[in-house]
Amino acid sequence: MLIFIAKRLGAMVLTMLVVSILLFLLLEISPGNVATKVLGPYSSEEQRNLWLEQNGYFEPLWYRYGTWLGNFATGDFGDSIRFKVPVGEVMWPRLWNTAILGFWTFAVMIPLSLTLGVLSGMREGSMLDRSISVTSIITTSVPEFASAVFFSAVFVFGLKWLPGTSAMSSGFDIQQMILPVLVLVVYDFGYVTRMTRASMAEVMTTHYIRTAVLKGLKYREVIMRHALRNALIAPFTVIMLQINWLLSGVIVVEFFFAYKGFGALLLEASLNQDIFLIEACAMVAVVVAVGTQVLADIGYTYLNPRIRFA
Amino acid sequence: MATVEATPEGRQTTGGALLKALKSFALLKESWVGMVGVGIIIFWVLVAVLAPLIAPFDPLATMQPFAKPGAVYAKTGGTFYLGADHIGRDILSRIIWGSRTVLIYAPLATLSAYTVGILMGLAAGYNRGWWDVVLSRISDIILSFPVLVLYIIIIATIGASGINIIIAITFASAPGIMRIVRGLVLDLRNRDYVAAAQTRGEPPWYIMLVEILPNARGPLIVDACLRLGYVIITIGVLGFLGLGLPPPDPDWGGMINETRSMAMAFPHMTVFPCIAISSLILGFNLLADGLREISLRD
Repeated sequence: MLIFIAKRLGAMVLTMLVVSILLFLLLEISPGNVATKVLGPYSSEEQRNLWLEQNGYFEPLWYRYGTWLGNFATGDFGDSIRFKVPVGEVMWPRLWNTAILGFWTFAVMIPLSLTLGVLSGMREGSMLDRSISVTSIITTSVPEFASAVFFSAVFVFGLKWLPGTSAMSSGFDIQQMILPVLVLVVYDFGYVTRMTRASMAEVMTTHYIRTAVLKGLKYREVIMRHALRNALIAPFTVIMLQINWLLSGVIVVEFFFAYKGFGALLLEASLNQDIFLIEACAMVAVVVAVGTQVLADIGYTYLNPRIRFA
Repeated sequence: MATVEATPEGRQTTGGALLKALKSFALLKESWVGMVGVGIIIFWVLVAVLAPLIAPFDPLATMQPFAKPGAVYAKTGGTFYLGADHIGRDILSRIIWGSRTVLIYAPLATLSAYTVGILMGLAAGYNRGWWDVVLSRISDIILSFPVLVLYIIIIATIGASGINIIIAITFASAPGIMRIVRGLVLDLRNRDYVAAAQTRGEPPWYIMLVEILPNARGPLIVDACLRLGYVIITIGVLGFLGLGLPPPDPDWGGMINETRSMAMAFPHMTVFPCIAISSLILGFNLLADGLREISLRD
């Protein structure tokens, strides 16, 4: 088990290194471009050269990458071009806001999709199963920006129940949280539901479930004591991997509702060519994505006794 | 020596595979979910093909800003069935012409991603060894990115244009396709008909493309339908984020982006393009579900 974890962590570090090299090459391969982005298009040739000189851009590429990586590892991401402050000062609060959004989304999505998945996997092919399946296909077919438009049209324009933006300008407001969370849940729950359903349906065909039914246990008991525990192992992985999807979803949702989160920041940074901010945000996004994948792997192994004791 | 050519059990030639694929589309009749999907897709293809005939206005003409749905254009007496946008372009006409954009770029991007993904998967699965290690590692790394982050970085670096969107989608989706193909190939490469071809002395490319690939098509067709849906979402999202095809050509995602700041006052400007894009994606997802249902049956 320890060796397994060490292996996974090693692979994770390796992935991060390769990603960092790719990002560095993609964004900093030509120092001239970096200087133009930092100093603006109206800077003179001399100013740019002076800036490049001061920031060590005339050193060889591998040396520059080494220092860049070193700074990165110690949390020094450089200054944001647009905000004129260290990248960390802009990024960490935004990441925290996104974490709050993600927390609420998961808090709603997980119980909902697990319940629906178990209900429809319990009796495969039943009316309930078919309608849950079709509903989840429909909700997964509506992209986040479209459902954001639909929900806004109904709840903001039509019924005037909820605010149309979620800038949280006067502190945390749960009302402004409802629409972003709703949009993310509606798009994401279908997938988790289908995975749970598949897992549950498979468990229901096993011999130990048949035995449990034949020895006269109540149906409720069969489901609660025997089926559920085994059926929920696979969805655990799916839910962890969903964090990767969520990172894509929050970009759209935060942009639409003007929520001051990490996704919106990454988009803004890209549109403004705010190079150091892009690097830091992309790196953090990959750390979160890869980190949760590793956690999912380790968790899956731990939860599944067939693998744990093998 | 015709007897040597006798096909070992389970092998299908390219022609036979095509026939079988057509047959499974015919079987689709039995799945009403799949049929609804096919219906929606055919509807949009017809709209795209007939765009010049059925669009009531020129999609780029600026006529009556902020016209409500059903308003009549004073000059020609034509009706804005779905209203007009903020600079007075007819929304119905733009949706009709926009269907061309999405139905050209989405299949092109998917095809491009599939070509690269299948070649990578065949190379990794059939040759194994170093090919496999290197290609799998590359895919793992690309797949570890949150996909939209990858798109944004690529498009923001190389610029927004039709061809760049295809490149970005290929780059981000090929690894996923490669994984599927690789898995299928690892299974198929041990079949008798592959061994027979090897004994006949066929070159590796022939075995990969003619012997293995046609037999791996089932799961790939289902995946292609789902992926087409995702690609349409991606093109829409990029347009919505302002990273899509440059204006003024009608593009559904772009239409939503241009008018979303007015969505609270004039919801018709954004709601109708959203319905259009969602229905098309739904069509492909329903088709994929129908195909999967059928492939599970036999």
